[in-house]
Amino acid sequence: MLRSRHLLGIADLEPDEIGLILETAEAMTEIAARPIKKVPTLRGRTVVNLFFEPSTRTRMSFEVAEKRLSADTLSISVAQSSVTKGETLLDTVRNLEAMAPDMIVIRHGSSGAPHLLARLCRSSIINAGDGMHEHPTQALLDAYTIREHKKRLDGLKVAIVGDLLHSRVLRSNVQLLNRMGAQVWACGPPTLMPPALARFGVRATTSVDEAVDGADVIMMLRIQHERMHGHFIPSTREYFTLFGLTPGRVTRAKPDVIIMHPGPMNRGVEIDSDVADGPYSVILEQVTNGVAVRMAVLYLLAGQEAGVASVSGLAPGKVQRA
Amino acid sequence: MKLLVKGGRVVDPSTGRDGEFDVLIEDGRIARIGKSLPADGAEVLAVTSGWLVVPGLIDLHVHLREPGQEHKETIATGTASAVAGGFTAVACMPNTDPVNDHPGVTELILRKAADANLARVYPIGAVSIGSRGEQMAELAGQKAAGCVAFTDDGRPIASALLMRRALEYAGMLGVPIVDHCEDPSLKGDGVAHEGFFASRLGLRGIPGVAESIMVERDIALAELTGGSFHVCHMSARQSMRAVREAKARGVTNVTCEVAPHHFVMTDESLETPIRYDTNVKMNPPLREAADRDAMLAGIADGTVDVIATDHAPHHADEKQVEFDRAPFGIIGLETCVPLVFDRLVHAGRIGIVRAIELLSTNPARVFRLPGGTLAEGSVADITILAPGAPVTVRAATLKSKSKNTPFDGWELKGAVVATIVGGRIVYKNDAFKDSK
Repeated sequence: MLRSRHLLGIADLEPDEIGLILETAEAMTEIAARPIKKVPTLRGRTVVNLFFEPSTRTRMSFEVAEKRLSADTLSISVAQSSVTKGETLLDTVRNLEAMAPDMIVIRHGSSGAPHLLARLCRSSIINAGDGMHEHPTQALLDAYTIREHKKRLDGLKVAIVGDLLHSRVLRSNVQLLNRMGAQVWACGPPTLMPPALARFGVRATTSVDEAVDGADVIMMLRIQHERMHGHFIPSTREYFTLFGLTPGRVTRAKPDVIIMHPGPMNRGVEIDSDVADGPYSVILEQVTNGVAVRMAVLYLLAGQEAGVASVSGLAPGKVQRA
Repeated sequence: MKLLVKGGRVVDPSTGRDGEFDVLIEDGRIARIGKSLPADGAEVLAVTSGWLVVPGLIDLHVHLREPGQEHKETIATGTASAVAGGFTAVACMPNTDPVNDHPGVTELILRKAADANLARVYPIGAVSIGSRGEQMAELAGQKAAGCVAFTDDGRPIASALLMRRALEYAGMLGVPIVDHCEDPSLKGDGVAHEGFFASRLGLRGIPGVAESIMVERDIALAELTGGSFHVCHMSARQSMRAVREAKARGVTNVTCEVAPHHFVMTDESLETPIRYDTNVKMNPPLREAADRDAMLAGIADGTVDVIATDHAPHHADEKQVEFDRAPFGIIGLETCVPLVFDRLVHAGRIGIVRAIELLSTNPARVFRLPGGTLAEGSVADITILAPGAPVTVRAATLKSKSKNTPFDGWELKGAVVATIVGGRIVYKNDAFKDSK
């Protein structure tokens, strides 16, 4: 069981809960291999996907996960502009709640938006990315992918390289990996490092070579082109020269290193195409695993409420607590 | 009309008086202070032994929101909040709608204040037209209408040239320039103090030096021009150091204020007890422990001249939104006295005399206001305090129209008993109804 009825961030998860989600995701992976990729677990449940930011990967992933669990789903993309026309976030969600959904998956540009809803609304809230704060299901699917390859998280060296400052993927991953015993190196230009980064429990460096040296995992973060306007970097060309992941830099890592990227990628800005498409890349596996991990999260949160505890179509042995 | 305030410990830093006295008020002025004065037909206000009789508290930094934002506060509700908080006078900021850059607005404010007839209201005029920082407002006309200082508060005076000219021009009028010191480019779209907690929560930061850079600039301009410069709501340790060093080298035309939340709370409140609580969002932001400690040190060592609340009411609907969309500011008039006594006096950081200096004597001196003294012949603005009385802050029962306080539920020691303005009792705390 998870202790909360919401998934707001990795910050709120204990290691045993992380283990439980990853174990459950393994059971879910099996469903995707079936000819009929659907179980009746969430039949009659309504899940709203409320996206206030453009998203393809995460929204599709949640939708697929919900459909495979037989939930009724509703996906709403709200442009920020229509919100500024007047209706508050709280009013938008309370209107949705008047139609009695069970869970709300929310992506929002403001850090803490899901926390506001969890405090003031009835539904289970799942954070699908809030501002620069957290993206818990991304960190969980990353951990799942790493475990698939390395069979463990404990003791691994994980290098996270890129725009650390604006990254919710960084913040969620650092917490999860620290909690599970990995050693995280965070690398990027000093202008794109979060203040007090050292207190996040990472080794911070501006040298990619140092960060990837002997690494088991290299995780690249996206550089947004608009970062050139806030005096963060002079140009994407110079960024690639200093921080881009090239085949040459990959050779400093462990021979069985895996290369990850949460997407969307900027080829030739943070990552060389030869690396992105190369033998060490697990970037598309991350996307595949995202569905299983999100199915696990939906299943476990639904299990908080009576009636879904016994789930048909799942191998019971696989969903025991890790 | 006569009122005799009988008993209690009279503390008046302006005259050095500290002891058990009675205060006789006639025609709105302090007629006599002495031992065992006869009532002689005067109404008697009995003060319990151990309570304090002090010159009326003065808050130099209050947003009364009228005209234009009456859904947040009005001059009537704001001054009701002031007297309930022990303040006999408030200076109100010009960032109303329209901005108070014109005698017409000043006159409106003063008329509404007279109608409310509670605390005295001293308007602060805008330095520039519309507080846009482009063209100086008619400061002499505004002074004649009743303004006691000038500021573009809410916005810093970004142009060093405008600040220089304003100091020179206001210097001619004998009126201080009050600056909300914050470098706009370093503030950017920050919403919280740049530090570990904002960083972990993914909130855009405002570094302490965004403030201190402009404090240092303004000190240099005050030295250049000789005009009086008062630093608004100081929050950063670097700013405190700058003011302390200026005073140490003999600069006498620089003064500063600190708000209670900046000597009580830190940026840890962004996470605890409620994550992303918009009632801990204010500008300048709650800073880290080292800054909070610097505020306490500056209050204790005399660097800080004034405690001012930056009372900033906002409607509940405006605060119940995403953290980065919420407006900056919290209310402060009714929590100031309990916080000052609990966290400064009872904590042993300052004595009672120093507390009254910070809340009354010095505010009157900095803005050259009547009051701030119990000298015979001065206006009879008096606050009566029960320094040891327990107070539980209840946001819902506060007099302010808005309830945006992070102190809801806090248990503190130090209460306001009564507030007297011009010899008239304008507030009596019901909690002390049954006392002697």
